[in-house]
Amino acid sequence: MSTRHPCDISIAITGSGGAGAITAGELLLSLAGKNGCFGMMRRSFGPQIRGGEAAAQVRISHVPVECMNDSFDLLLALDWRNAERFAEEIALHQDSLIIADPAAGEVPTAIRDLHHEVIPVPMQALAKDIPAARPNMVALGLLSHWLGFCSDEAGKLIDEVFSKKGEQIRAGSRAAFEAGFTEPLIIEAGEARPRPRRGEPAFDGARWHFNGNQGCGLGAIRGGIRFAAAYPITPASDLLEWLSPRLEQLGGSLVQAEDELASINMVIGASFGGVPSMTATSGPGLALMTEAMGLAVASETPAVVVNVMRGGPSTGIPTKSEQVDLNIALHGLHGDAPHLVLGALDHADCILTTEWAVRLAEALQTVAIVLTDQLLAQSTVLISEPSYELPDINARLVAEPAENYQRYVITENGISPMAIPGTASSTYVADGLEHCESGKPSTAAADHQLQLDKRSRKIEKFDYGEHWADVRGEGVIAILTWGSTTAVVREAARRLEAQGLTVKVIALRLLLPASPKKLTTELAGVERVLVVEQSHSRQFYRYLRAYYDIAVDTHVLARPGPLPITPAEIVGQFESWS
Amino acid sequence: MDQSAATLPLKPKDYKSALKPVWCPGCGDFAVLNAITKALAFMELPREQVALITGIGCSSRIAAYTGVYGFHGVHGRALALASGLKAARPDMKVLVAGGDGDGLSIGGNHFIHACRRNMDLTYIIMDNEVYGMTKGQASPTTAPDWTASKLTPQGSGVRPFQPAGLALTAGASFIARGFTGDPNGLAKMLVAAMEHQGFSFVQVLSPCPTFRPEQMQWKHHVRALDAETTNNPIEAAQRIQADDGMSTGIIFQNRYPVFRPGTGVDAGMGSIESEFLI
Repeated sequence: MSTRHPCDISIAITGSGGAGAITAGELLLSLAGKNGCFGMMRRSFGPQIRGGEAAAQVRISHVPVECMNDSFDLLLALDWRNAERFAEEIALHQDSLIIADPAAGEVPTAIRDLHHEVIPVPMQALAKDIPAARPNMVALGLLSHWLGFCSDEAGKLIDEVFSKKGEQIRAGSRAAFEAGFTEPLIIEAGEARPRPRRGEPAFDGARWHFNGNQGCGLGAIRGGIRFAAAYPITPASDLLEWLSPRLEQLGGSLVQAEDELASINMVIGASFGGVPSMTATSGPGLALMTEAMGLAVASETPAVVVNVMRGGPSTGIPTKSEQVDLNIALHGLHGDAPHLVLGALDHADCILTTEWAVRLAEALQTVAIVLTDQLLAQSTVLISEPSYELPDINARLVAEPAENYQRYVITENGISPMAIPGTASSTYVADGLEHCESGKPSTAAADHQLQLDKRSRKIEKFDYGEHWADVRGEGVIAILTWGSTTAVVREAARRLEAQGLTVKVIALRLLLPASPKKLTTELAGVERVLVVEQSHSRQFYRYLRAYYDIAVDTHVLARPGPLPITPAEIVGQFESWS
Repeated sequence: MDQSAATLPLKPKDYKSALKPVWCPGCGDFAVLNAITKALAFMELPREQVALITGIGCSSRIAAYTGVYGFHGVHGRALALASGLKAARPDMKVLVAGGDGDGLSIGGNHFIHACRRNMDLTYIIMDNEVYGMTKGQASPTTAPDWTASKLTPQGSGVRPFQPAGLALTAGASFIARGFTGDPNGLAKMLVAAMEHQGFSFVQVLSPCPTFRPEQMQWKHHVRALDAETTNNPIEAAQRIQADDGMSTGIIFQNRYPVFRPGTGVDAGMGSIESEFLI
């Protein structure tokens, strides 16, 4: 069965670190956007800063795409250094084409099957003849011609990007692009074999171009975040770097803390001061923050933690994706500590989910953990402008000045008015010690019971509306998933539908508190369930077993990283499941 | 609590809460509480404009005994909580307090970074060279041959930190040592610390009558520093090294750039959303 559409092409550009493969990929994706296409680009790096391997994996399509395809149609190699390190990430198929510089030597056997056609283009030699030119711009020219992109549009983009680096580099880059675009070998090859045609774009409007980290950042400031404290960690650092100047612009700030223990406590301190606050981190950092998250729960101080998951445990595989911090996000807090856990489902959803998490944390005066992963965070999409509507959620309930103010007063919905420092006559002490309604420390059984009930009630009784999950399609088969595998599952569902098998895709966005009744309703009439997740120990499946009642035949596709789950793997589950 | 009736100028007792401290009779921390309330009254600060942030330990309970805003956080993280509050709310006068274990052991990293960050905070360590709340274990300021702890019956065998020296090398801009046997002097020292622009560190020798009864003799050893406050870190280092840790006074004060993140000016979302458009 062919899943390939002539207007849906996947291209890998590889090179040693610093060769410019990523820059070429980014420009190619931007050009795709200017040419009315949709697309996605995944960056693949080794842990080295320079001299390692780098691959830009670009998918360009006339219809919206939000995950990578099963394999690549075209591999362009700027050189073959460290090629074996990314070979398993760049699967080729029978008709894949390879463009390589003959000066870089033979195509390594790890990459090439004998039947793959190789077009030898001397990219280095072409660039060498042009002052201030680099082979990656020759590559961009080759690929732009192959994809039928407009060279004037490309020229404008190159001018825009490189004019900052001086006239010589701008002119050199543009000339190198032209050399690639008009390279006879490519023109000849294009005429000799079928190559991708540009389809009619499904949507003519403007495109949004962003990665998941930026999406979370935008959602955070839309939700009202004005303070952040954080410690650098891959793959969350670029979220923080995006946030820092933008918080300044909005009158807020980001403080680089001495460690994650400090980050989360600074966030709690700032939030105590009345300013919606967040941090971002990844697994090891989240582990360090769990004690203070318990403090935020007990003291009822709103705090948002965006956790960008990477391969674990320990330092694990920091530059690759895995959905493996679900357990710690759900269960990592000590004591009975009700809190919120949300998972962003795709790039656009990073914006929605983070904004929603901020609003919920503020309204419910608790901790909200937002889970994304390296795949979402560091891959870029080209999509239509995302639009969403969140239900009205009250802002933080702020106490008016009052005599005998009781910070933790028992209320029906569990939410107590919070006095912001500076408010006259309502001074109080926020406390991680169990306390009575005034905030005074208490070890009394009745106080503990009342405050535990209150902290759990405010979260359990809240109406989260329809955003608990994203449900698409109908059918007697349902696929249950969460996080970045959602986009892959949706693509698999489209392929299954083309084969005549309709599938309902249920992606859980709100993980804590769980919504068992809502899921039961969605599963009415469903006869088989496939659970899809990227973890070795089936963390999501175990979570489903713990919180939900799924009474039908259930299969699990659970696989660890670092290789992303592909649509073909999911479709394959149904071939063997009868 | 009759706070509402109190109008400025407030008296020291107006800065206290109605809670009775959990401290043992004779604990030095009572004097620190009195000194803080005296200093706040002297400075005529409205209660709601002051926050006292603490960690965990006997001395960290102090937040609940004042009538200002407070946060009794987790062990060792008071400085981080306070730094977040000060960054978000530069208008607040933020005091931080805790013990020697809280500040120099579990919170040691935050201490050195708070010194070098130089935010406008006043940090009080009530130093009794022992963990009191966990019933008497050696702290980072305990002498290596102190054998009264069941946890380290042969003594800790580890040389103590010199808090003032640690603060100096970490870049603190105000370093003082006070004594609970002189509450008025301590109150004056706290006023100077709070008036200082930047991070002010006050180590308070605060005896523990329960686990370190021998400290009740400190009153016979403590004496005033025999020199004026210096702004020269080399001189300060020499004085700290030459001293037995029992001299009180403002050892070092200098003007270093104060860390104040953010401009506070909201220029609006502006082009942030349109950056996403291609």
